[in-house]
Amino acid sequence: MSARAGHPQTPMLELRGVRAAYGRIEVVHGVDLEVPAGSVTAILGPNGAGKSTMLKVVCGLLPATDGDVIVAGRRVNGATPDQLARAGLCLIPEGKGIFPNLTVRENLRMATYTGRSLASIEERTYQRFPRLGERRNQLAGTMSGGEQQMLAMARALATDPALLLLDELSMGLAPIIVEELYAAVAEVAREGVAILVVEQFAQTVLGVADRAAIMVHGEVVASGPPGELARDLAAAYLGGDGGTRSPDGAAIR
Amino acid sequence: MAALDCSGVTVSFGGHLALDDVDVTAADGAVTGLIGPNGAGKTTLFNVVCGLLTPSRGVVSLGGRELNRLPPYKRARLGLARTFQRLELFGLLTVRENVLVAADVRGTMGAAEVEAVIERVGLAGRIDDRVDELPTGQARLVEIARALATRPRVLLLDEPASGLDERETDELGRLLRELAAEGMAVLLVEHDVRLVMEVCDLIHVLDFGRIIAVGDAATVRSDEAVLAAYLGGSLEAS
Amino acid sequence: MVLAAWLAQGLGPALDASSDVDKFLSFTVAGLSVAAILAVGASGLVLTYTTTGVFNFAHGAIGMLGAFAYWQLRFDWGWPAPLAIATVLFVLGPLFGALLELVIFRGLQQTTETVKLVVTVSLLFSLIGLANWVWDPDVLRRDAKFLSGRGFDVAGVAVTWHEFITIVVAVAVAAGLRVLLYHTRAGIAMRAAVDDRPLAALNGARPDRSSMLAWAIGSSLAALSGILFVGTISLAPAPMSLLIVNAYAAAMIGRLRSLPMTFVGALVLGLTEGYLRGYLSDWTDNNQYFDSTFVSAVPVIVLFVVLLVLPSARLRAHGTARTREVVPMPSMRGAFTFAAVVVAGTALAIPLLTTANAVTMGRMYGLAIVALALVPLIGLAGQVSLAHWSLAGIGAVTMAHLGTGGSPMGIVWAFVFTALVGALIALPTLRLSGIYLALATAAFAVFLDRWVFRLRPFDLPFTDVKIALFGTGSVGVPDLKLFGYTFDTYYRQLMLMATTFALMSVFVVWLRRSRFGRRLLAMKDSPAACATVGMNLTMTKLTIFAVSAGMAGIGGALIGSLQGSTNQQNWEFTVGLPVFMVAVVGGIQRVGGALFAGISLAVLAAMPDWPVLRNVSWFPNLATVTPGLMGIGLGRNPNGAVADMREAFEPLARARAVFLAFLAALGALYLYVVTSDVGAWWLIIGGVVLLLGATAFVQSRARGADTGAAGPQPMFAGDELEWVGIDRPFTPDDLAALDDRLGALEVR
Repeated sequence: MSARAGHPQTPMLELRGVRAAYGRIEVVHGVDLEVPAGSVTAILGPNGAGKSTMLKVVCGLLPATDGDVIVAGRRVNGATPDQLARAGLCLIPEGKGIFPNLTVRENLRMATYTGRSLASIEERTYQRFPRLGERRNQLAGTMSGGEQQMLAMARALATDPALLLLDELSMGLAPIIVEELYAAVAEVAREGVAILVVEQFAQTVLGVADRAAIMVHGEVVASGPPGELARDLAAAYLGGDGGTRSPDGAAIR
Repeated sequence: MAALDCSGVTVSFGGHLALDDVDVTAADGAVTGLIGPNGAGKTTLFNVVCGLLTPSRGVVSLGGRELNRLPPYKRARLGLARTFQRLELFGLLTVRENVLVAADVRGTMGAAEVEAVIERVGLAGRIDDRVDELPTGQARLVEIARALATRPRVLLLDEPASGLDERETDELGRLLRELAAEGMAVLLVEHDVRLVMEVCDLIHVLDFGRIIAVGDAATVRSDEAVLAAYLGGSLEAS
Repeated sequence: MVLAAWLAQGLGPALDASSDVDKFLSFTVAGLSVAAILAVGASGLVLTYTTTGVFNFAHGAIGMLGAFAYWQLRFDWGWPAPLAIATVLFVLGPLFGALLELVIFRGLQQTTETVKLVVTVSLLFSLIGLANWVWDPDVLRRDAKFLSGRGFDVAGVAVTWHEFITIVVAVAVAAGLRVLLYHTRAGIAMRAAVDDRPLAALNGARPDRSSMLAWAIGSSLAALSGILFVGTISLAPAPMSLLIVNAYAAAMIGRLRSLPMTFVGALVLGLTEGYLRGYLSDWTDNNQYFDSTFVSAVPVIVLFVVLLVLPSARLRAHGTARTREVVPMPSMRGAFTFAAVVVAGTALAIPLLTTANAVTMGRMYGLAIVALALVPLIGLAGQVSLAHWSLAGIGAVTMAHLGTGGSPMGIVWAFVFTALVGALIALPTLRLSGIYLALATAAFAVFLDRWVFRLRPFDLPFTDVKIALFGTGSVGVPDLKLFGYTFDTYYRQLMLMATTFALMSVFVVWLRRSRFGRRLLAMKDSPAACATVGMNLTMTKLTIFAVSAGMAGIGGALIGSLQGSTNQQNWEFTVGLPVFMVAVVGGIQRVGGALFAGISLAVLAAMPDWPVLRNVSWFPNLATVTPGLMGIGLGRNPNGAVADMREAFEPLARARAVFLAFLAALGALYLYVVTSDVGAWWLIIGGVVLLLGATAFVQSRARGADTGAAGPQPMFAGDELEWVGIDRPFTPDDLAALDDRLGALEVR
């Protein structure tokens, strides 16, 4: 089953009223969401809002307690992570998407289980991320955080995913690196991949996202085109009346 | 003089500066907040303060006494107590026993007072349950009770509200205010910014290992550097 | 070689003649050949440890098995050497490793380190037993060099083919591992699984397969090192299995991670051994301390030292894998009851016991005391010690020398002295935990085995005191004399040991209930949290180590007294392993677990002499292997067998009337057996039958009650149905309630 087989109009990923809980404590209270192919959808919100939990539900690491998870038109509640992975879903987990004690090349070699040759993976990767080409024989763990994330993405892309889930891609990285990474994300989306980004740091991702939603305390409190969401962000993150400033620092009122 | 004073604390992990010349103070009788995005270095600072991690530079002092060379247990005996973000409970023991372990170390509390402390954090109903069996939120409260049982002068709380529901969070906020009113210095690391804004007298904001802002809730909330840190991107870039 | 020659010349005056240079070079070659074997063994160990997280104490035993298998094919069955070697290395070794992974170790991923430790230690023990079973230990198997006899000269030094081949093999293994791990996808996947197992799985690699491959290769390498050993030593299961302790030191120099450093470690150790063998007698002038036994202790000393200088880990937070362990909170009343039952039961048994049985039972309590010493240390404080049996040996020696004439001071000194030694071990090892602590204590025990316990009588340095640990081989241990009463018969000694065990049990329960016990449990769960509430972990660990060691010392002293004399072989590392294993199997958190260990081991040791089994030739072997099999089977139940038994028999204890009836029947049976001459076995058999019968009765009634009055609500407030009419008479109210209930059932 390839997720690519989905009907063009059906979104690659759809959540309907998804709830999730750790033990008795519910942390996601009914989330609706659509991620169409060839677009970047961003979920923003402060830490502890339930964003990562939602990702876990999508990739099968945590069962939804209610609602439907639909990938390429098929309800996949209860599918295991490796089943979903084979269906074309790929998650880059927060801060640990690489093997630190393997070289860049060896990391890429770990992506050859999907049947692609190492040579073709290397070629495509070094084309997209020239910096990785320069460091192909370096241990991944000794590279900078940004390069590590590039490698994580490169390895994920080598598996030809239909749906790419990115968890806190920008965590701990300097803004300039984050921009570079998101430029690559946008490019990947243009190639037809559906991308769901979960981010605490909103600024850069809003520049590349086609749609965005703000999640606070396990609920989506606002969603729409990125431009319309800017003013809700400050309130979501720092409390208070919010809206005093847009994220770009200009006063709104 | 501040109860807890960290000055110039610097920690590097293999070339990466986890804390870069950080100054943080916590005054007696006040709740001091320490916020910042994930990975900013908050827990690292706590580990430095209580002696689990040696800084490459900087001084930590408690009530004017320098702590740098003291092992963790001696710092605790001088009045420093903490809770852990990744819970460090005595899972084989009951709630009561967990607190008793701390109270017995120097005999800071008798059995009756231990019960009172447990009641104070709202766990009277589960006093004889094994802590392994508690949900995360309540387990965090056990850590607070355990820390209180050493009768600390300075209390470090690492994400005490995660796993608590809204009502429990409000109660926690009230408890922190009470403790401060009794003269304790409370240093609070917390993701629930609403709680921090409500209860803290002074807030430090940490980003990439540096303090980028200090002030009360209103100041911090409208600080551009803070907004940038939380929302990502640099102001100059946009 | 050139370097060695240069070194030799550099040593100048010590080696002035050219024959000295030759000597030096030949010691170097010998050392290199030892280094090669160590390197091969250690690299297999490191490979399995890094990829699967299991430190395989049985690695040496697998090598030993490989060596025996090779011997079998090569010499007993006359296969050509290359074929025999290929079969062992490429078929039997890998198969055995893969099988171990599949059957035993795959299920252990989520268990505690203690469980993993017990399982591999048990495997070690079982394999030794197995080898002794299959290959008659009285047959001498030695000197099977490859291409024996011939050799060649390098720079005037004779190098045997065996040495040459050994060194070449080690180099080939190093190169082969390098290629495997860095240039094949299977090898890269192994390393990837070490870094991040779930991520490797997400990539489509199969970490389970990587583990299996690691076990297969590890076993094959172990077998290879075993086969290489065949040329240098005679085959004997236990010493060969422990030779790998030398390789542990090499592996530890590689921090159990780095293969290149492991090879360096092997080189250092091998050369050290080569030179010491060559020069030690010259250097020390054959003095009373450093005889040839010292050389074999050197690798263990290196291991101990390397463990101590390892960069200290930060205070450990929780281990990732936590199993639900239960540490019961026994009541003091329960403890006194237990103690009373032990003492009274032993007293009642005495009229029925033959002398041999009394010795068996005394030994049972002795073993139980040593096991009991482990309860507070492992069960409460979470500190593993594999040195307790050796500590017990120190207790026995102390009693032998300082308990002259049965003076109770002998026991006191046995406690004090072993407690001091325990503290001495604990002091440098305080930073260690888990597998490292186990290794350090094992190293200490083997160090005693190989050197200290074998020392001929010597002078205590700087004093006139003459120390003769085991005299010239064996030393007499006096019977204890207390307030003018001498424990000079086996029966008296049995009572003494039972009473000691009972008192110590009460002490351990008291300890568990005390503040200190709470502190130990807290430390086991979270050392970091303990430190931050102001607890001095160093003092806590030191105290519990000393107390526990002292208890073991008393056990050893009493065992020595019971035996009348004691020797070095009594206290060897491998002899003590079953005590550790079976105590954990029984339940290391409980006093009952210690008794379980004592009973199991003493009974297993005595069974081959039972009339029914005396003629079963294979039974002694089975009895030897059994503790190991118990340990391997443990994996699944970290709370121990005693907890399960308790659960099984609890209903009986609660059904008071049935319980009283059971006791009465048992008493009657006892009286009958004592007054007639039917033999004591009838009491045991009858007792077991009664116990099982009574339990079955209680259970069947409970089941009957369940089906008869199906429904969750309690029928009679405050009481369970099964008790009504048993512990109090039926009342009209009960009958009414019963009617009511049955009526309700009919309506349904």
